[in-house]
Amino acid sequence: MDWVALKLSLSLAAWTICILLPIGIWLGQILAWRSFRGKALVEALLALPLVLPPTVLGYYLLVAMGGASPVGKLYHDLTGHQMVFSFEGLLIASLLFNLPFAIQPMQRGFEAIPREVRDAAACCGLSRWRTLWRIELPLAWPGILTALVITFAHTLGEFGVVLMVGGSIPGETRTIAIAIYDRVQAFDTAAAGVMSATLLIISLVAIGFAYLATSRLAGRQHD
Amino acid sequence: MKLLGMGVAFLLLGVSGPVPAQPIADVPTIAAASDLQFALEDIATRFRAETKLDVKLVFGSSGNFFSQVGQGAPFQLFMSADEDFIFKLADAGRTEDRGALYAVGRIVLFAPHGSSFKPDARMAGLKAALSDGRVKRFAIANPAHAPYGRAAEQALNKLGLWQSLQGKLVLGENVSQAAQFATAGSADGGIFAYSLALSPAVSSLGNYVLVPTELHDPLRQRMALIKGATNAARAFYNYLQQSAARGTFKRYGFVLPGEL
Repeated sequence: MDWVALKLSLSLAAWTICILLPIGIWLGQILAWRSFRGKALVEALLALPLVLPPTVLGYYLLVAMGGASPVGKLYHDLTGHQMVFSFEGLLIASLLFNLPFAIQPMQRGFEAIPREVRDAAACCGLSRWRTLWRIELPLAWPGILTALVITFAHTLGEFGVVLMVGGSIPGETRTIAIAIYDRVQAFDTAAAGVMSATLLIISLVAIGFAYLATSRLAGRQHD
Repeated sequence: MKLLGMGVAFLLLGVSGPVPAQPIADVPTIAAASDLQFALEDIATRFRAETKLDVKLVFGSSGNFFSQVGQGAPFQLFMSADEDFIFKLADAGRTEDRGALYAVGRIVLFAPHGSSFKPDARMAGLKAALSDGRVKRFAIANPAHAPYGRAAEQALNKLGLWQSLQGKLVLGENVSQAAQFATAGSADGGIFAYSLALSPAVSSLGNYVLVPTELHDPLRQRMALIKGATNAARAFYNYLQQSAARGTFKRYGFVLPGEL
């Protein structure tokens, strides 16, 4: 069992959901309640990581963040180290490929809130923040929770993008999924087996959790 | 809020945990060709015990490491399976110097138990099995970027087997994956590094013979310190050229520089 890799994966997943939580709430609300020109395009772009091969995303990130690119150069000048092959680079990749997993369930959660409820809140003179805090978030929580859980599990499991931009550096970019791949190549099937089983259990619990939350969301819509 | 609390809890779980004795930043990362998988682990274990210094080992195909170092990957020592990669990096000013030759590799023809052919040095058994259509899959490392894959291609070409293997080749991303494919029983066999075949984890899975050196260009393995390497990386680099490490390389089937 590669504890360093598991710790790194958990840390990456935790950072990913912490950053995507506010972004997802903000974008999820906009997409759920507003209609605007080009909304379909925005939704398509945000859903792109669902269908895009991870290697394609990885390739573009490698080009965009590499030492030769303006972004990569700027980052190197600011921090003194490379963006690719670093934890920060991995986190940026993780945020991008998790966008649909975070936003879509939250959007569904906000869509489930009846329009009258929001109108009533506005009529009562609740401020924007109080409406969000007291009315919308409590009603949309199954969607938000699903988003966080799926994003968390998906980050633990992502392989292709991480392989392309990570470089499998222990304690820096070698996630648990990459560690399994490395262990198989080292003919260490025992370690690969233990780590695979760990990921299987975490994923199963996450998916079960998400289904439970979704069924509660659906139940509420039928009330 | 509960959700946020959960996130923070996960985060703490992620950042805490056992603290390494040597600060992470001081532990150099070594990029090593995957034919070194077993030999280098042995050497690193002794190095850690003797010097109380630590190194992080990353194994992969030399060609991939070559491009990663070119893009500024934070490796401090690059142990390539092909010296041309080191020379190119040296010419590009990425390495401290033109490095040192540390080993010369050999390749083996491997057939797992129950395979459709018996391995022999001139690959006559493989040839016969191929013409009978008994060979379904044959594993080598990707010749496009893995030196051991290129050596395998050269040997198969010299023996006139390359054309008949087209459509049957499975390509490992590096030589270690090629060994994985060749031994797992899903392929009829393969060609990979002698250093991997000598490990009990691999040798127990089938039979192999050394491929004669005249069938391929010598696998001259060279290493060099990347610019900005720390003292710990330097110490490991020197350690690799001393007798204990050389003995380990020899035990894993490498020919040593000066013994050619």
